[in-house]
Amino acid sequence: MEDPPIEECEHDDINKTEQDTQMEESKQNNKDVEVAPALIAVHPTQNSVAVSVGSDLRVFNVPEDCAVTLVDESGGASHNDSIRAIKYGANGKLFVSAGDDKLVKVWSTESWRCISTVYSEKRVSALAVSNDGLHVCFADKFGVVWVVDLPGVDGSEAPLNRKAVPLLGHYCSIITSLEFSPDGRFIVSADRDFKIRVTVFPKKPLDGAHEIQSFCLGHKEFVSCLAFICTPDYLQGILVSGSGDSTVRMWDVISGSLLDTCEVGAKAEQLKFDTSEANCSTVTDICTIPDCTLIAVAIQSLQGIMLLSCNLPSETLSVVKVVSIVGENFIPTSLGSSISGGLLWMVTGASKLSGSDHSSLSRVKVISGFRKSSPDSLEQEPVVLGDCEIPGGAKLLEKLQGSISIDEKVFLAAAEAVKTAMCNLLIKKQYSVEKRECRKRTRNDKKMR
Amino acid sequence: MLENKANPTINKSTGLPRKRFYRARAHSNPLSDSHFPIPLSPSHVDYSLHYPQLFPSSDQINGSKIQFADIGCGFGGLLISLSTLFPETLMIGMELRDKVTEYVKERISRLRVANPGQYQNISVVRTNSMKYIPNYFEKGQLSKMFFLFPDPHFKEKNHRRRVISPHLLHEYAYVLQVGGIIYTITDVEELGEWMKSCLENHPMFEALSQEELEADPAVKLLSTATEEGQKVARNGGQTFQAVYRRIVPAS
Ligand SMILES: C[S@@+](CC[C@H](N)C(=O)[O-])C[C@H]1O[C@@H](n2cnc3c(N)ncnc32)[C@H](O)[C@@H]1O
Repeated sequence: MEDPPIEECEHDDINKTEQDTQMEESKQNNKDVEVAPALIAVHPTQNSVAVSVGSDLRVFNVPEDCAVTLVDESGGASHNDSIRAIKYGANGKLFVSAGDDKLVKVWSTESWRCISTVYSEKRVSALAVSNDGLHVCFADKFGVVWVVDLPGVDGSEAPLNRKAVPLLGHYCSIITSLEFSPDGRFIVSADRDFKIRVTVFPKKPLDGAHEIQSFCLGHKEFVSCLAFICTPDYLQGILVSGSGDSTVRMWDVISGSLLDTCEVGAKAEQLKFDTSEANCSTVTDICTIPDCTLIAVAIQSLQGIMLLSCNLPSETLSVVKVVSIVGENFIPTSLGSSISGGLLWMVTGASKLSGSDHSSLSRVKVISGFRKSSPDSLEQEPVVLGDCEIPGGAKLLEKLQGSISIDEKVFLAAAEAVKTAMCNLLIKKQYSVEKRECRKRTRNDKKMR
Repeated sequence: MLENKANPTINKSTGLPRKRFYRARAHSNPLSDSHFPIPLSPSHVDYSLHYPQLFPSSDQINGSKIQFADIGCGFGGLLISLSTLFPETLMIGMELRDKVTEYVKERISRLRVANPGQYQNISVVRTNSMKYIPNYFEKGQLSKMFFLFPDPHFKEKNHRRRVISPHLLHEYAYVLQVGGIIYTITDVEELGEWMKSCLENHPMFEALSQEELEADPAVKLLSTATEEGQKVARNGGQTFQAVYRRIVPAS
């Protein structure tokens, strides 16, 4: 049989891709509107609590009841653009911050001195510290995860401005979250293309991570957050993830299999939250409450948090209850908890508020009373603490929020900004049909013959 | 069988799809966002759509899975040669360009009609292989992956668009079973060097020996079976191949 004549491929080159232009464009467009959500992180033994808003990093020392002054004599640059990720690591010995200014700063939590400033080539979207404190991993906006080693953690070495090397890559998808498994064997990365990848963390990370353990596939929208549940019976940990598909899912990282799905969106809708907008049930953050197998979930448009219970023997996830925050328009942008302490810390806020005298807002709240009597019920009712009941009280709030009380007007402006911030962060840029057509016409790789 | 007269896209004398109805842009940009469906996971790939005779209903699981993947299959020449060489093996071509994919689909369905019982084991899917390979294949599912005459992306800053790269090799190592083989060929010397060095430097791949290359029937097809290969041969061009086996890394 004769083969049909065929169009042949040609070795010419594409000068500029859609994505390149898209990235450049979003840089320009976002300059004036780009707001970053406020973030919170809690030291594993609650020695300190950190909040970031915009380029501002605020830390409060809880046992000593005083604000912390960060000292940066590393010779590296200081944060000058939105911080996108903060994390404690190495059992609380280290703290890392990174973001749009392409700086990754490693701090000692003993002295709160910056012990290292790492320069990233691209903006940083996620961070993780290896359990032994020897490596910091960060993800950039092109989907590459970088690793840098930190031999001088204990402060014995002079501050180092080290160079990072690529560890692994998600092909051109923004990485939203990075986590080490509790046993340190795996590094897990989640992206905006619905993917969760579990990679074996190698013995020599600087040579790259070659072995993929599994992919956890099943989310139908971007994956926004990851967390591990770890109990003495499950030391290797069970992974949970939140997504724009309004679900929280539970995974076995060894096989990548989906163990259970919890439709938190359906539950939130039952409660008749403001369901008028699209994506109202996007999961924006999840946080495990370490002494029990409870997971706190932040959901866009939910004033408060949803509590899920994870039943490890039966590998199921179920909604325990919603803890509402009344009287304030408080939709958390970030959650944190410590191993001890039994408190859930929350922050809501954003940087670069427009139409307001204040350039940013952060509001901190705490929920206490998590103790489980049976797998699916709580012994006590979780309660939202009043401002003066929070450890550190007014002093802590003054430091972490910037002021003790917050004007209602700022709050409203912030609520809007918070929404934008979360959207920008998570949702892919959508082009109108005309714009896409126009872009196509102006592309120079198009060659009809 | 489709009515030829009713279908102007089919060449009446050959019964094969006409080229001019399947013209496409010379290159696709692998970074641009997709407008095609993506299976949620490998278990969501509907084999009954791809291999209807072998999988009469979509809920049927007969145990066999796709084992060969031709990445950037172009007009499908390799799949067609492999189909009769390995009649028991399921294989799929992955192609980014919509019209090219449609062409291959049509070509396969014509061959199935003209040769009853044959060409049932090959199919094609429109997708961006650089992003969605894990959505199609499980860990260790594939025994062969082919990368024939991939787009060269000459500029340094466009190297990240190359379909063989250090990062993407991790994914290929993941979907390939131990002992599985990755075949690459190009007429662009620089790209040939690049693909070879990426594979050489990856701890999960080792080169096939000369004897192994000679004994492998798939190797013979690399420069002859595809449209691009035939074009290069017609023009008397040189080709550069790299064929590597997936191994367990020495730890
Ligand atoms: C030069 S042609 C070679 C085609 C065929 N292998 C041959 O030898 O004739 C390269 C092909 O790869 C396809 N391609 C490029 N990037 C791709 C991607 N990311 N996913 C799937 N196909 C891709 C192109 O559309 C094109 O058809």
